Amino acid sequence: MPTASSPPEPRRRLGEHGLAWAFLLPSVVVFALFILYPLGRTFYLSAHANDLFGAPSRFVGMKHYTDLFASADFGRTLVTTGLFVLFTVVPGVLGALLLVLLMESRIRGVRLLRSAFALPFAFSVASASVVFSVFYNPASGVLNGLLSHVGLGPVGWLTDSQYALVSIAISTIWMNLGYNVLVLSAGIGSIPGEITEAARLDGASGLRLARSITVPMLGPSLFFLVVISTVNALQSFGQIHILTKGGPDGATRTLVYSVYEKAFAYGSSDFGTASAQAVVLMVVVLCCTAVQFGVLERKVHYA
Amino acid sequence: MTTLAKTPAVADPARAARRPLHLRSLLGRAGVYAVLAVAVLTVVFPVYYVFAGAFMRPDEIASYPPAMVPHSVTGDNFSGAVHAIPLVRQYGNSMLVAGLITVAQLFTSVLAAYAFVFLPMRGRSVVFGLFLATLMVPWEAIIIPNYLTLSGWGLGNTYFGLVLPFLASGFGTFMLRQSFRQFPGELRDAARIDGAGHWRFLWRILVPLNKPALAALAIYVFLSSWNQYFWPLIITRTANMQTLQIGLSSLRDSEMADPGLILAGVVLSLLPTLALVLFGQRFIVRGLTAGAVR
Repeated sequence: MPTASSPPEPRRRLGEHGLAWAFLLPSVVVFALFILYPLGRTFYLSAHANDLFGAPSRFVGMKHYTDLFASADFGRTLVTTGLFVLFTVVPGVLGALLLVLLMESRIRGVRLLRSAFALPFAFSVASASVVFSVFYNPASGVLNGLLSHVGLGPVGWLTDSQYALVSIAISTIWMNLGYNVLVLSAGIGSIPGEITEAARLDGASGLRLARSITVPMLGPSLFFLVVISTVNALQSFGQIHILTKGGPDGATRTLVYSVYEKAFAYGSSDFGTASAQAVVLMVVVLCCTAVQFGVLERKVHYA
Repeated sequence: MTTLAKTPAVADPARAARRPLHLRSLLGRAGVYAVLAVAVLTVVFPVYYVFAGAFMRPDEIASYPPAMVPHSVTGDNFSGAVHAIPLVRQYGNSMLVAGLITVAQLFTSVLAAYAFVFLPMRGRSVVFGLFLATLMVPWEAIIIPNYLTLSGWGLGNTYFGLVLPFLASGFGTFMLRQSFRQFPGELRDAARIDGAGHWRFLWRILVPLNKPALAALAIYVFLSSWNQYFWPLIITRTANMQTLQIGLSSLRDSEMADPGLILAGVVLSLLPTLALVLFGQRFIVRGLTAGAVR
């Protein structure tokens, strides 16, 4: 809590009010220029047609939005985005949960395991994706090499539209697994030891302990993780740009990637359509965050 | 029975662990280790292969069955990577950009957090709410106007263009505010009685005593700036202004780059982050979970 200090004389307090604003000023300027203004500008651009160079030409109202939702391409983009979220969040969270529960079952070398799982932290989205592009290489990649070793045919990891999205999801799960394990470990660490011990003395162990005590007590951490993973998946860009460029044939074109394509790729400057898609992205992400804040708020009230 | 009854029900973890092991639990234990071993191998293998492959000759990487250990260690990939793209220059760019963003964000966040905790302000909660609201806006959704703004100012393909939007952070302010709020009131009052004004108290007492939180924030900011992809991709145009991450991506796209070359580039790009992860893990955990345990 901030300390309630003895009330100083009015002049000094006036100076302190000024000082407060002076301290906030640098941040406020940055936020105003690079968050608040662009926020308004995105809506503005989304309601305007633009010339070939991207300059807004005339007001078109909701046209970009109605066009988007009428187009099959955009529908496919939304489905792809949803699938990508599904493919990364569900296995990522469940896998981390399984690992954390196993690490809880009184085994040796937990510290070493934690360090091993933390290694992917060192990878940026670019370095991880570049590495997986080497793995996924149909001819020289180590994955197809191992597959052929056990007699399985070569898989077009990134070139087959059936597998491309899954392949990107796999590299994403690998990148994020360490973080997921970390969040859930922190969550388990905050479960009061007496509760687990009491359950153990009552004879609960293994699955029963996990099902009745650990997982329910992990609820808030799991929830946080699902929300943050969903938001991250919705915003994923680097892995798609590096691994598939949205292909093959649009099979990995997510919402963010579509914004990029319309606004920046191949000399395109269709800022109007791209901005409308950006607004859709923003609404989806804000909904996720709102759910999180709403639930957290409730939790705080009940506590 | 009597002996059993005399045994007090102590909540002793060691005792619970010392229960006799039955075959079933032994099998379960083996299963636990097996699953964890597979998981560790899966997570660690790509890391291992990056380092192994970086020292392999091209024919080794492509060999069937795939080679797992480089037979004749070669440094050719590293020199190849450095020549294929301006890697040294891009390394410098990344260091400069991530460094500038880190220093600036620490500075602006310290000031803002100080204002929120130690200074009187009308509408404090509203302003703080606005700071938090900046965290909810997805950067990708406002990237077009930011691109237009900075290009309009003639800052496309410049260091200014790379760093300007990231000089302040709602997250940093939030994290430092949490830390500053724990500062003991008696110390604050003592400093005031000794005649320390706000500026002096902030830099001489508060900042030195909050080093762990500042270090956590610094590492977090440095890593995330170093790892940025979307913004440097669109705001830079020439290879000499690109950051290392974009360089890696173009290395993969270039025709002359074989896998070993790419992996060598990745190894070089990993050195600073790997050092941070291995030696600053304590701080990273703190930074990454700051949002999780509100």
